[in-house]
Amino acid sequence: MSLLNTINLNISIADKQICKALNISFEAGQIWGLLGRNGIGKTTLLHTLCHLRADYSGQIKLNNQNIEQLKRKTIAQKIGIQLQHTEDPFPSSVFDTVLTGRHPYISNWQWEDEDDRNKANAALAIVEMSELADRAVNNLSGGERQRVSLATLITQDPEIFLLDEPNSHLDLNYQIKLLQYLTDYAKSNNHLLIMSLHDINLAARFCSHLLMLTGDGQSIAGRTGEVLNQQNLTHTFKHPIHEITDGDKKYYLPS
Amino acid sequence: MHKAVPLFISLTLLSVASFVLAFSVGSITLNADQIFSALFQAEHNIARTIIWELRIPRAHIAFVTGGLLSLAGLLMQVLLRNPLADPYILGISSGSSVFALTAMALGLTGYWISAGAFAGALLSILLVFGLSHKNGDWNPSRLLLTGVVIAAGWGAMINFILSTSPDKPLRGMLFWLMGDINNITPEPASLFVLIAGLIMTMMIARQLNILSRGDLQAVALGVSVKPLRISLFLLASCLTAFAVIQAGSVGFIGLIVPHMLRLIIGSDHRLLIPASVLLGGSLLLISDTIARTVIAPQQLPVGVITAFIGVPFFLYLLNKNFDRNPVK
Repeated sequence: MSLLNTINLNISIADKQICKALNISFEAGQIWGLLGRNGIGKTTLLHTLCHLRADYSGQIKLNNQNIEQLKRKTIAQKIGIQLQHTEDPFPSSVFDTVLTGRHPYISNWQWEDEDDRNKANAALAIVEMSELADRAVNNLSGGERQRVSLATLITQDPEIFLLDEPNSHLDLNYQIKLLQYLTDYAKSNNHLLIMSLHDINLAARFCSHLLMLTGDGQSIAGRTGEVLNQQNLTHTFKHPIHEITDGDKKYYLPS
Repeated sequence: MHKAVPLFISLTLLSVASFVLAFSVGSITLNADQIFSALFQAEHNIARTIIWELRIPRAHIAFVTGGLLSLAGLLMQVLLRNPLADPYILGISSGSSVFALTAMALGLTGYWISAGAFAGALLSILLVFGLSHKNGDWNPSRLLLTGVVIAAGWGAMINFILSTSPDKPLRGMLFWLMGDINNITPEPASLFVLIAGLIMTMMIARQLNILSRGDLQAVALGVSVKPLRISLFLLASCLTAFAVIQAGSVGFIGLIVPHMLRLIIGSDHRLLIPASVLLGGSLLLISDTIARTVIAPQQLPVGVITAFIGVPFFLYLLNKNFDRNPVK
């Protein structure tokens, strides 16, 4: 079942074409990896998919409804995005920040109830931040902040997870642990997960499908097993990449 | 929720205490009995006249103005996502002052000064809104820069008026610029504006929590950012305008009250909004009581007192909080 699909999607910023007549159907239970060089438009594409930007042509459909016709709150109940940057000019605790993930479900006069708090606490436990719940967000390290924003997304509990470089600032342990958790969670709940990654080997390990942006609006999309090869990667990254085989596993290294 | 209960009890007690103090001190000191009987018994005496005709109207103006300013400051800080923002940062009070001062220079009094102040505030709001909104780009830094530049322009006009005015109205003008509560006819609309503003901001309080985490994050969590920003701007401007027409530009309250409360209870606007109104109202009322009594019979502009109290108290809080966890 197609959760999210694009129909003739064109995105360009200034005179840079990010995608041209892109038709992709993102289906429930799939894990998509978004690969491409710096500035190729991975973030822009992710933002467009959840309607954070509206400067595109073509259509984006969420559960077969045009995303432009849906209310912001409805979209936020279905699609959650973990952004590369968040701001915190005013002191706020880790717990309060994570609890903002419940916003799409609560009406204006309502307060978060016990259930919402439990969800936030559970998310904090998943990212192993329970002990820092009362700390101020602005006192955290980069990796801890990253885990707070993942916990906020888990608390938001959408059907579609968009992750913009979820691994940035994370140490090796959390990179594997959190990607494993999120991808397992998405698969077992029949959710959809789309993430931009810079690590080809993590993409190979966790993604069922890949979308490679290769520049000038061109892209390569398909099942990981079909599109992940030396030639496509070299074309995508404009740098020779070698495939190393170890038993039935394949690894990719820049030459 | 329960962690805020002690704070609200103390703020309510502080508000009541500030009114009692304002009722009792002055050229004639009244004791608790006299205040009680003046308030609740229909006995005609001098105490009753003093309370009902002098001290209640003045306390009313001070408390409402303080509440308006603190709430406006809180909203401006979220709107501009800048902890240094205060109600006057976008030039509303300067615009107001230009017109009020012009009225004074022309020898007009009373109602005309308020009307001028209101017209100036309105003009300033429309100018900033129109100029910063021009190409549909409505971001905090553009708004802030537009406001600051317009405020600077008004500032030049204020200096022009001050330097060309005869000596006679000059004192009144300076008091206006420093923030002064010396009339005793409250603007009835301002209490209404404060209550309406309080209700409206409470409705968007949780959205403000999310907006302060950045526009993209807010949109991603289902907040319609642009309409929210426009309503924030209009609300904050309106609250400021009504504060300014009552008391000129009283400094500091709108900057430090939201800050103090953030240091004490964190960043949940559902608590910050009502707490700001109570604390801002009480602080300005206490300051005004000091301003009219400390070198009586001469009266000081209340803005002088708010700065004298505000600066050290704020520095104390800031230092105290650097030592430990800034949130709880």
